[in-house]
Amino acid sequence: MISVAITRAAFSPEAELAGFAARRDTGSGALASFIGYCRNKSADSAVEQLELDHYPGFTEREVERMTHGVGAKHGVGEILVIHRVGTIAAGEAIVLVAVASAHRAAAFAAAEELMDRLKTDAPFWKRELGPAGARWIEPTAQDYARREEHEE
Amino acid sequence: MTRILFFGRLRDVAGHGERDIDLPDDVATIADLRAWIGRDDAVLGDALRCRSIRACVNHVISIDDNASVKGAEEIAFMPPLSGG
Repeated sequence: MISVAITRAAFSPEAELAGFAARRDTGSGALASFIGYCRNKSADSAVEQLELDHYPGFTEREVERMTHGVGAKHGVGEILVIHRVGTIAAGEAIVLVAVASAHRAAAFAAAEELMDRLKTDAPFWKRELGPAGARWIEPTAQDYARREEHEE
Repeated sequence: MTRILFFGRLRDVAGHGERDIDLPDDVATIADLRAWIGRDDAVLGDALRCRSIRACVNHVISIDDNASVKGAEEIAFMPPLSGG
């Protein structure tokens, strides 16, 4: 089952992952996951919290579409995506991606591609807040390069 | 009535996230709309003219600045997307 949630509430990635693993098809011998956390520092300054802006309705639809597309490409049907919006404190999880499949190669590949696409193609806008003020974050050249590697 | 939405840093520049307006007849394309907003607010107009800003008309991201906005219910201006 493919499940996508965009949520303002903090969530426990460990508990969600445990639930996903417990629910997986017993024919799935592989599970790959990624958790992204809000760091307490960026390149040159302390970070107290992140603010994630999104486009209600559109963001949910685009992430659903992206997730189904990556699932179809890699032939995997069990994917969980949870992505925070709103205010996220340093240390809290921002995103969880988990993929279960028969074998590991498809699970690793789908999880990696989905994360790379979430970084550059999903309608979120991210701002770091710290003692030095607020700063909007845009994808790096490396983020775009990783995303390009998935093009056919 | 058309809802114009601004996201990310554009929301800061505009001072609001969304506004409902009646588009004048001579605003036919995304490029026209960028210019029309800029006549009212030069700083926002400059921010909207930045090449990295994309428009999304009725939930479809447009790569063509000459795409029509006639009769659009919702037009969003988006800085580069940045999730994860």
